[in-house]
Amino acid sequence: MTNIAQSGIARTGPDGLSIHTSGDARKRLARRYAAERRFRRLGLGAVLLAMGFLLLLLSTVVGKAIPAFTYTYAVLPLDLAGDKINHDDPLRSNFDAIVKAAIAEALPFAAGRKQRRAARGLISSGAAVILRDMVADDRALIGAPRAIGLPVSDTLDLYFKQLTAPRRSREPQGSATPSATSDKIHIAVEDGVIGSDEQFGRDAPSHLVFINGGVVKITGADGEGLQGDVLVPLQSTVPAAQGDWRLVTINQAESARKISDREIAYAEILNGMGLIERRFNAIFFTRGASREPEMAGVWGAVVGSFFTMLVTLALSFPLGVASAVYLEEVAPKNRWTQLIEVNINNLAAVPSIVFGLLGLAVFLNFFGLPRSAPVAGGMVLALMTLPTIIIASRAALGAVPPSIREGALGIGASRMQTVFHHVLPLAMPGILTGTILGVARALGETAPLLMIGMVAFIVDIPGGALQPATVLPVQIYMWADFPEPGFQQKTAAAILVLLGFLVVMNAFAVVMRRRFERRW
Amino acid sequence: MSNPDMAEPITPPAGHVAEEAADDSVAPVATVGETDPAPAADSHPVKIRSRNVDVFYGDKQALFDLGIDIRARMVTALIGPSGCGKSTYIRCLNRMNDTIEIARVSGLIELDGQDIYSPDIDVVELRARVGIVFQKPNPFPKSIFENVAYGPRIHGLAAGKTDLEEIVVTSLTRAGLFEEVKDRLEDPGTGLSGGQQQRLCIARAIAVSPEVILMDEPCSALDPIATARVEELIDDLRKNYTIVIVTHSMQQAARVSQRTAMFHLGYLVEEGQTDAIFTNPTDKRTRDYITGRYG
Repeated sequence: MTNIAQSGIARTGPDGLSIHTSGDARKRLARRYAAERRFRRLGLGAVLLAMGFLLLLLSTVVGKAIPAFTYTYAVLPLDLAGDKINHDDPLRSNFDAIVKAAIAEALPFAAGRKQRRAARGLISSGAAVILRDMVADDRALIGAPRAIGLPVSDTLDLYFKQLTAPRRSREPQGSATPSATSDKIHIAVEDGVIGSDEQFGRDAPSHLVFINGGVVKITGADGEGLQGDVLVPLQSTVPAAQGDWRLVTINQAESARKISDREIAYAEILNGMGLIERRFNAIFFTRGASREPEMAGVWGAVVGSFFTMLVTLALSFPLGVASAVYLEEVAPKNRWTQLIEVNINNLAAVPSIVFGLLGLAVFLNFFGLPRSAPVAGGMVLALMTLPTIIIASRAALGAVPPSIREGALGIGASRMQTVFHHVLPLAMPGILTGTILGVARALGETAPLLMIGMVAFIVDIPGGALQPATVLPVQIYMWADFPEPGFQQKTAAAILVLLGFLVVMNAFAVVMRRRFERRW
Repeated sequence: MSNPDMAEPITPPAGHVAEEAADDSVAPVATVGETDPAPAADSHPVKIRSRNVDVFYGDKQALFDLGIDIRARMVTALIGPSGCGKSTYIRCLNRMNDTIEIARVSGLIELDGQDIYSPDIDVVELRARVGIVFQKPNPFPKSIFENVAYGPRIHGLAAGKTDLEEIVVTSLTRAGLFEEVKDRLEDPGTGLSGGQQQRLCIARAIAVSPEVILMDEPCSALDPIATARVEELIDDLRKNYTIVIVTHSMQQAARVSQRTAMFHLGYLVEEGQTDAIFTNPTDKRTRDYITGRYG
């Protein structure tokens, strides 16, 4: 460096070479390339890390959500012609009794009070409602006995999905000979099927023997064989050869799980009869909220989100674009417009719950809008979205080359003609990008909606923007809070539905943007 | 785009001007403040009269006490070094300076004896009468047809679809572009070459049937061949339109204009017959500028 300064024009390094080919220069060059390579690797690393986390997140959510997209149904022969049907008004028939009768028919041995309760508990308590809705949709169902699939209880669904009561089934060596078909029996088996030091009882792992069409719960083991209580009566006492009987071990103690050994026995019998089916979970996609996991659906929240977004978009898009056009194209640039600009920028950074408080104070308490309604939620979210749309729209309008404006003005277009015929169409892609950013954020917003009561428990599907509703993120928030294990899958599935909603919305925006995109 | 400097044709200005001067023997030098009408005043009455025009951008004054007459159906060239106020002046003539917030214009500018800055003048109508072509071609990002049809459409000049098509074809023909684009009128105007785009902008300007066409360095972004085409076009257009052209090329001014005005630092130095200005400039600054000694 000093060399250059001293010699003035002689641009040679200390070794007499040109300043750009000397050893020092090469070192500098090597350092520069090394820095570039380092930066590229760091950038690539950052992208890969982000992608890894995204994959982890998505696979976790999808893995958890997939079981919720199907549900277990018991196809039971229902008597839809008998005296339980009210033929004058079929919808007022005693559907609960019909379901009970069908269960009793499928499991005739469940006669005692305890047994009947266990049998009834296999089928969802909402089955009667489902049946009633089916009849309401199609009156032709009435009049003949029919086999109809009814949703099982949520614990049984989890059992069949292997999500509760993990079990191991094996076919032990040798034959087994039961001493009787009911009550307490003894089963003669080869030694060592169950170790004699094994614990039994409600707080120990359960062992169920499936033999001769019946189920025996083992209560003790000795050198001669096994003692047990019959849960489902056996058809005979003939010895069962190896392979014709099996032993199911459930390591989780009966007291630690929601499904009892008796229910498992009944469920397995129904399954053995071919009555259990796994179907697409239509309930989840067509029904509103419910306290029963098996009856809870996401459709109410989807419709609520749809109406809310509709209100948000209908308010924030025209208002935001009009404000941006005014500020960018019409308003004089003075202290007042500068003040407005600064405030708009600040509003974009205001925490969303503040907008919720504002909505509660102004829209609900002052204007008296209906509580929990998408119209109020949409208005609050529109307030939240407006700054984003205005900022993006102003940037997009400002990016339109001034030559386009001059060209239009130069042939005598008025200011508004210039804006609406030339500037706005060119700015539209940028405006739509900003809009989708704002609305996507609004779609995932929970906090401000809690303030205006959209967290209420609403069973009905909203029919309009004025009816009480909840939205997807709030529904997810509520389900994540419920203790029933059935809601865990629902939560993940609802997150997927929310993501799907977002993808559909973004795809629409991309299509719209394509239509407006032009070169200039 | 090509470098603006490249667009300068290499013809020596002096010889060129001398030839033209030989054809036109009576050419009294018109100078600043001259009020006598030029000899050809009957066929070329004053179209735009400017008196005491001052233009300010904020606190900075860009034009000082400007007085100039633009004659009808003639090409008036405005020359002068960069930043001397030529563009500022022609932007006053169709009030394009209105779009610049800090710009302020005072003085008198009359179009056919009517003050264009008076409150009862409609800017939209004024700009329809006084069209403008900019330095950089700025076609709308629409089809060639739409580019030309836009003006007549917003002014309601076409009675119907066929009428509009006729206007578009006539305008493109007059701009010398129709033969090149007649098979692709629906293609985007931005897809044309630089010279074609500029002629499209001229077609767009004449489609609204203006009386005056202002051209702000229309050839500075074009190559010599495209420049020659546009110059031919200007020469052709002057039969029907009053043209004011800003140019940095002495050769171009000499070739296309009948009258020339020399600007310097916001003042009008002198104005008169082009041949006179180029052969016998009265002001030293003009002489220095056109001989390339500064500017």
